[in-house]
Amino acid sequence: MNKIFAIGKVVLLEMYRRKDFYVLFIVTALITAVMGSVTFFKDEQIVRYLKAICLFLIWASSLFIAIGATARQIPAERESRTIFPLMAKPVSRAQVLLGKFLGCWLACGAALVIFYAFFGCVAAAREHQWPLANYFQAWSLHWAMLGIVVAMTLFGSLVLTAVSSNITITFIATIAILLVGRHLHQVALTMSEPSAIMITSLYYVIPHLELFDMRDLIVHDWPLIPWGIWFIALVYAAAYSALLLLLSWLVFRRKVLQ
Amino acid sequence: MKTTRPFVLLMLLLLVLSSGLAARIDCWFMGWPGNHETSLNPLDVMIGDAQKLFAGSFYREADVYYHSGYYPTIFDNRAAFETAHMAADTGAVASHNQGDEAGFRSQPLDLIDAFNRHFTPNRHTHLDEGGPTDDLSKSEEVREILPWLKISSELDPEDIQTYIVTAFWLRTRMGNVAEGEQVLREGLRYNPDNPQLLFELGQVYFENYHDLQRARHIWEAALRCWQQQMAGKPDSERFNFDNKFIVEQLQTRLALLEETAGNFNAAIAHWEQAKAVAPDPGKMQKHINELKQKLAAPANAPAAAIH
Repeated sequence: MNKIFAIGKVVLLEMYRRKDFYVLFIVTALITAVMGSVTFFKDEQIVRYLKAICLFLIWASSLFIAIGATARQIPAERESRTIFPLMAKPVSRAQVLLGKFLGCWLACGAALVIFYAFFGCVAAAREHQWPLANYFQAWSLHWAMLGIVVAMTLFGSLVLTAVSSNITITFIATIAILLVGRHLHQVALTMSEPSAIMITSLYYVIPHLELFDMRDLIVHDWPLIPWGIWFIALVYAAAYSALLLLLSWLVFRRKVLQ
Repeated sequence: MKTTRPFVLLMLLLLVLSSGLAARIDCWFMGWPGNHETSLNPLDVMIGDAQKLFAGSFYREADVYYHSGYYPTIFDNRAAFETAHMAADTGAVASHNQGDEAGFRSQPLDLIDAFNRHFTPNRHTHLDEGGPTDDLSKSEEVREILPWLKISSELDPEDIQTYIVTAFWLRTRMGNVAEGEQVLREGLRYNPDNPQLLFELGQVYFENYHDLQRARHIWEAALRCWQQQMAGKPDSERFNFDNKFIVEQLQTRLALLEETAGNFNAAIAHWEQAKAVAPDPGKMQKHINELKQKLAAPANAPAAAIH
């Protein structure tokens, strides 16, 4: 376990030094500030549009950080040949993979803490309230969702040859799932065979990332999700991340590194 | 430095030449008879009529906010959302909605679908009724739809409903009558003599300023404008659902105004005209009969006393 944490720490430090997060955070803060400076009909209590824009930017930024950083991990190690001294140490391939996953996922979690703190401040400035439990649920589900995305990207980096193609394909898959994932079964009902069975199968196979999107509930001040349901969602995310990591390991353990 | 200087000078020369040429062509283009550009607004130049598509999307977003996010997608049954509820609730827009507005989603198709519904808004509410909290004292929360309506009207200044909805909520729930009136006047600047906008402006004078005289003038002007715009059009268009609705609304308000002013004869005349286009004329006839009785009562009373 220590070896996994050690690799994870290196990844975390590397991401701390990269400029991706800082740039995305500044862009998010700037756009939110500009949008927040607009007053509609002299009413300064209008806030939901600002919350929606800020959360959208946070979601977009988090996907950029998660996919962009994870997709480079193993290909960069192979290109710079640092993977060989790493593998020469008493470290198994599974540990390398888990360490990379842990580092990327923790970095995403840390970035999300800062993003959500900023969001909380923006919302509180106009609403004068701190629904901390709601924010905690939103943050934790978002982070759990990023766990699946990080595992998916890690798997892609082992299957696909180029970093750019991995980033593009993972982005398209993630956004497609977020947009239409929940409707696939409904769409399949209106189709004829064999398309219907294919779409239905796809619906059951894909990780339902849209489950973790609490933006509408936060923007429109809906009450908390029952904690039991929240916990089941976290278990669902953990199961999918584990499955994708297992698939990654099955590919990685037989992969020729040269 | 010596080697780069000619290139820098050449670049400068090309820059001056291209700027001069662009300015020259632009001057010529402005005076060219084939130029159909009517605006220097960058959005008009870049996306043209596509602005209306975006405007429609922002208008819909306002209705999504009115429902606190509980809204049908393209995959759901939208029959109960054909007309935006935030517009239908103003009373100035004819509603084309049918069916159950709370049950546009079918029963959960599977376990994932059922589980998914915990993470999205899952109840039909309106912001003016407190939204998800159901707290009627929070009806001013309806302000949250205003940014989207403002953007929508900026993108498509010819969309009447946007002005009506904005003005209605500003004056009724937020107590901002002056801003509401301003919005309607802006709408009339882009859409002169529009009967629906004039109707809503009359409402401002009738309900908020209690200026019966100006309200009467505005509503009568609205009726005249409607008649002018419909002149020469076939009856199928002249008396379609939306046109009947606006005429009925105008005649009904004029009738109520005359009743308030104590002019019962004029009120009866307007009720009669409203009855001709109303979907339920029975109720109006009953009210007309009551008014006629009221009119007859003072005349008969002294006669009864004499006999």
